Amino acid sequence: MSWSSLIPATSFMPIQATEIAKEVDLLYAFLIIASLVSFVILIGGMTWFLIKFKRTSVDQKSAYITHNNFAEFLWSFIPLVIMMGIFYWGMVIFEKLRTPPEDVAAEIHVTAEQWAWTYRYANGKEFYSSANDPMIVPAGKATKLILTSKDVIHSFYVPAFRTKQDAVPGKLTQLWFEPKQPGEYIVFCTEYCGTKHSGMMIKIKAIPSEEYAAWYHAEKKGADSPADLGKVLFAQKACASCHSIDGSRVVGPTMKGLFGSERKFADGTKAKADENYLRESILVSSAKIVETYPAAMPLFQGQLSDEDVANLIEYIKSIK
Amino acid sequence: MSSAHTKTEHGHTDHNYLNHGSGIWSWMTTLDHKRIGLMYFATVSTLFLIGGFFALGIRLHLAKFGAEPLLDPDTYNKFMTFHGAIMVFMVIIPGIPAFLGNFVLPIQLGAKDVAFPRLNLASYYIFIAGAAIAASSMVFNQVDTGWTFYTPYSTAKTSNGVILLVLGAFTMGFSSILTGLNFIVTTHKLRAPGMTMDRIPLMIWALYSTSIIQILATPILAITLLLIGAEKTLGVGIFDPDLGGDPVLFQHFFWFYSHPAVYIMILPAMGVISELITAFSKKTIFGYRAIAYSSVAIAAVSFLVWGHHMFVSGQSTLAGIVFSIITMFVGVPTAIKLFNWISTMYRGTVTFEAPMLFALGFMFLFTIGGLTGVFLASTGMDVHFHDTYFVVAHFHYVMVGGTLMALMGGIFYWFPKMFGRMTSDLGGRISWVLIFTGFNVTFFPQFVLGAMGMPRRYFDYLPEYTNLNQISTVGSWLIGLGFLVGLITIIHGIFKGEKASDNPWGAKTLEWQTSSPPPHENFINTPTVTAGPYDFR
Ligand code: HEM
Ligand SMILES: [Cu+2]
Repeated sequence: MSWSSLIPATSFMPIQATEIAKEVDLLYAFLIIASLVSFVILIGGMTWFLIKFKRTSVDQKSAYITHNNFAEFLWSFIPLVIMMGIFYWGMVIFEKLRTPPEDVAAEIHVTAEQWAWTYRYANGKEFYSSANDPMIVPAGKATKLILTSKDVIHSFYVPAFRTKQDAVPGKLTQLWFEPKQPGEYIVFCTEYCGTKHSGMMIKIKAIPSEEYAAWYHAEKKGADSPADLGKVLFAQKACASCHSIDGSRVVGPTMKGLFGSERKFADGTKAKADENYLRESILVSSAKIVETYPAAMPLFQGQLSDEDVANLIEYIKSIK
Repeated sequence: MSSAHTKTEHGHTDHNYLNHGSGIWSWMTTLDHKRIGLMYFATVSTLFLIGGFFALGIRLHLAKFGAEPLLDPDTYNKFMTFHGAIMVFMVIIPGIPAFLGNFVLPIQLGAKDVAFPRLNLASYYIFIAGAAIAASSMVFNQVDTGWTFYTPYSTAKTSNGVILLVLGAFTMGFSSILTGLNFIVTTHKLRAPGMTMDRIPLMIWALYSTSIIQILATPILAITLLLIGAEKTLGVGIFDPDLGGDPVLFQHFFWFYSHPAVYIMILPAMGVISELITAFSKKTIFGYRAIAYSSVAIAAVSFLVWGHHMFVSGQSTLAGIVFSIITMFVGVPTAIKLFNWISTMYRGTVTFEAPMLFALGFMFLFTIGGLTGVFLASTGMDVHFHDTYFVVAHFHYVMVGGTLMALMGGIFYWFPKMFGRMTSDLGGRISWVLIFTGFNVTFFPQFVLGAMGMPRRYFDYLPEYTNLNQISTVGSWLIGLGFLVGLITIIHGIFKGEKASDNPWGAKTLEWQTSSPPPHENFINTPTVTAGPYDFR
């Protein structure tokens, strides 16, 4: 890591609050060096030619050179190889940025709207953000955010973590991070969302994980947990008439162990049951029909709010 | 090009396209591609001044010099939208093809005019109509969506002015398609005897590739924009999730046009640069074929990379990776061109008149723009940079540093042909120094701001970003001053410039083989072509 700190440009980067931030900065340092070298070769070479081959008299003749296959091969092939390397390096980091670890210590539902963020914890603690209500997360442990939006697209950007993810209405997206140290980190909205786009800032406050546990279990701010609310809805909407929660087969697939399992569909495709899959299956059940089951489920599109769906998902997740 | 230099001996008939018919009406109804080119010039320059006004407004606001903000947030967002929409749809996209392309393409081919002169004039008026419709949205029902019109903000949350702006862009799209069509047919059908496809100038290869993109990609934009209109007026739910639509779908449609569109902006510039570098190095272009085919390659690949604007939009990780690798492939033909231009200077005899300075400025700025494109094409890196000032700096380096530099260089280069007079070389050089310096002072700090995390489209920012923003604003005044000097130089040249000879730069392509300014139908005798376009032996 040490050599990259020799590149002054890296000092403009925000603090490195996660391990991945360090990796991103290493790639950044490499790109800066590679660009400088390329720039010197190109523009330096050009400048040298300009000086050397400046026209000095009116009837001076230029050389007649039309092409050179070897040179042309080299300057196509070498950039290609370098760019493939950069692609691969970027991809490795990208996959880490995108794939949360198995054991996340905190899972927070984040809802964006013009121009604020709401965050809701698994036990129902809920905050309507303003500058003085930071998002509390454990330091040294992974946090996963499940993002959506009530109105337009917003984007959750944490410069110190080198990560961002759009919050899209009608969809769930996710983001994860693991701040190394306790501290406060700024969050920007980076998808243009209207008048107060630039004012849509919050802070993430990472606190030591024991403190976090104590904070998390202290008196609740919200009402019941999302999973509890989801359980009530599950009953109200008569989901149980077709779906068991104990693993037995009724009209539709059981909810037991559903979340995270692999689903096989009538059309031969497969998918992992994640939040988006559950959301789609609840709202537009006909989109993917699980193998060996009839397409019997009603569509709930328009009958359940985003929040209802999120609650149902939390409930389904809890049926292990 | 042996046949062509007989004509001057027959004496300049003082008859040329500028005095072939007089009065405003003869201009407004002209079918002469050269006059239509100049009408685009006047129109695009006016729009550029308006777009520039908004740019200076944005920068002045962001400098936070006064105690009070200069603009309120909504006005700021409108400025930002007008600036982007004008510059992209009304300046950079039509700039080189419609203005320089129209003027130069038929002469370089040895043709009397484009294939469909009436259609050419119609394209101009369609452009004017589109610009007028778009402008009405700025006057009556102002838009604040940014030039990208992302849904559902544009469909569900903002004024109906979007419909007008989008309709304006839709209309201008037709102009773009028709011009492209005209160029393709002209290139295929109206080449002078002896001008085979491997003897057409590189400017034409560039315009040709651009035309293909225009014809294939613009309809996608047109339909997408119509869908926005339909969604806003009729409430069909294609993009708005409240109506069952998918907001990210809009981004796919939008970038499926707009990514190729960035090549509509830059390929013609690359064509201009190829002409300038060979003319001012007095040397045959290096790797003619490589440059010609790389234009076509860029045009083809540009259709497959749109998703690199959406790495964090919620599209799948795999899609991001695929778009990233294809994007890297665009870097290769781009690099090839840079190497070719530089090799053209090797063992040439280089002079540094104003057009060449602009070409060198292009090389410098475009190299920075292209290299930073690689940062953005790398997924892991782009997640940090996406939608920050780093992207703003990147695309200004390529679009303004690249395209506008080429446009300025092209204006000074072809000016003697257009008006039969020279511009003051000193004026051109002063303009260049100011624009080039101002440009770097304005946009280089924005790379740093982006690395520090400052998002784009921000009305306000954290205190630690202040200094760099102020430097950037100072640079913007230098650019403004540079263009002002350029404008004065051009106007002075039109009225007071020295008389130009037919071929003041000693270039080899056909437009320099006819008189300055050319006669109404370009050549007295149709030229016969016997060698490649840059035969400096
Ligand atoms: C050839 C001239 C080029 C032009 C005219 C150009 C233009 C642009 C423009 C206008 C944008 C911003 C779009 C917006 O408003 O969001 C952009 C973004 C981008 N460009 Fe370029 N570019 C060029 C070269 C390159 C090259 C060579 C690469 C890669 C090898 C590249 C990669 C990218 C990427 C990945 C983005 C998206 C960045 C983001 O939004 O996070 N560009 N470019
Ligand atoms: Cu937002």
